[in-house]
Amino acid sequence: MNNNFFEVLRPGINTTFQDQGRFNLQHFGVAPSGCMDYESFTIANALVSNDKAEGVLEFAYQGPLLKLIKGQTKFAITGKVHFKIINSKSETINGECNRTYDIEEGEQIDILATNKTVYGYLAIEGGFSVSPFCNSVSTLSRANIGPNEGKKINLKNKIFFKKNRQEKNNYFINVQNKNNNLIRVLRGPQHNYFSDSSKKDFCSKNYKISSLTDRMGMRLEGTILKNVVSTNIRSEGIIKGSIQVPADGQPIVLLNDHPTIGGYPKIANVISADYDLLVQNVLGTNLLFKYIELEEAEKAFKLYSENIKETLETKSIIK
Amino acid sequence: MFKKLSNIGDCGILCDFGEEVNKSINTEVIKLFHYVKKQSSNGNLLGILNCTPSYNKLIINFDLNKTNTNRIFDFLKTVDFSKLNLSEDNKEWTIPICYDFGMDLKNMSKVLKIDKEEIINIHLNTVFFVYMIGFVPGHPFMGDLDAKLFLNRLTTPRVKIPAGSIGIVEKFCNIYPYESPGGWNIIGKTPKKIFNSRDSTNPCLLSPGNTVKFKSISKKEFEKLSNE
Repeated sequence: MNNNFFEVLRPGINTTFQDQGRFNLQHFGVAPSGCMDYESFTIANALVSNDKAEGVLEFAYQGPLLKLIKGQTKFAITGKVHFKIINSKSETINGECNRTYDIEEGEQIDILATNKTVYGYLAIEGGFSVSPFCNSVSTLSRANIGPNEGKKINLKNKIFFKKNRQEKNNYFINVQNKNNNLIRVLRGPQHNYFSDSSKKDFCSKNYKISSLTDRMGMRLEGTILKNVVSTNIRSEGIIKGSIQVPADGQPIVLLNDHPTIGGYPKIANVISADYDLLVQNVLGTNLLFKYIELEEAEKAFKLYSENIKETLETKSIIK
Repeated sequence: MFKKLSNIGDCGILCDFGEEVNKSINTEVIKLFHYVKKQSSNGNLLGILNCTPSYNKLIINFDLNKTNTNRIFDFLKTVDFSKLNLSEDNKEWTIPICYDFGMDLKNMSKVLKIDKEEIINIHLNTVFFVYMIGFVPGHPFMGDLDAKLFLNRLTTPRVKIPAGSIGIVEKFCNIYPYESPGGWNIIGKTPKKIFNSRDSTNPCLLSPGNTVKFKSISKKEFEKLSNE
């Protein structure tokens, strides 16, 4: 291992190493974790020509301030992020997302804030030097699993990376703006536990994202969903995007770091194609859900995957 | 054999074995779990990401880039349950427990009107079956406890339960792998590490379908084993 590293001068709110997630362990109680916004994660790795499974740093709302202590590298920030690059003469330039930058010893990356979105990603050429647990470098901070002893990035941490910069060119990718608070869902396994009016309310009234939202779950506030069968079920396996409704009638969307099993009825499930859009909605946003059918959800996912592919194909050299 | 198959969103399947909670139904769930995992690792079933057994359900999570609901349904409909086995590596474990850490034993004895020693005896003589593991990494739900020891959850859950604590509720016994909040009646504590996030090959001591017996140890032995 070489000795190239950044020092963390400010950790940000929720900065963790993430990749595509850790699978095949849910029967042992280990949630998949992994990047919340798959599209932004994928674009970040593509920009610096990494393998699509390479680990990146994910941050929420406010990102880290990193100083490059040793080595040279190339990085890219994706999402909608306000950031600056500070050179060794303390001159700053405003950074643009979805393109690469070279960074030299003594320079800093100051990731100030995400812009009307939640998650952003920082990828560097060749990737970070972190050891995988069960084939993944994703952090599950709730269970102390993953790099950095399973913890969020903290002040004064050293973040090592694998190699010095080799690529001479810088690149950009054209990314379409896709903010949306209309989220499509499929009816959940216990959809019929809810009263007819609640089934209707769920997809016609607004549900506001509460401040009790993190990588584990998104708590929503809105018209109470009335359960007419039973507010508890025997614990069963959970899949991300499931929308469970505890006895208080306020839905919770289960996200990447979800408990692996749970005992609340699920009214609906967010379709895979809309998951990135969902998680990028900031606290306080009013969400509107819409029921669709399985076949439409599968078509939407095909379109989602094709869109990512087309986006990646726009990668070009900055002249 | 499952009674019903349904989709969970566009990348999950629910195999529903009914509402009852007993070993024979759970054994069927675990047999299917092993079979799906085997077919997935053999490459006969593509795109399986996670397979999660619980008391009477098996949840399969798949990669929508590689497969879809109908393909998994078709696979599941061909499964011949009469030919499924519990995995060959079905292990029996003996887990040390120190009852001196049983902070609820005194109260349990009062509520159940059974001597502390008798509670411990019943617990020690039970061969537990691991129904499922989950909620947090490594956390086992085991049964079946003698009906004499049936208790509800604590009315007010504790904010902090130390890692290794062993609790009971109704016919179930659990082990807390991490320090966490919880509402189970704590009867003891084990020094044994039941989940190791540094061991990629064998991170979890127990597996669904394993059996567990407890072995009583003194506080001194507890401390010795904790330091190992």
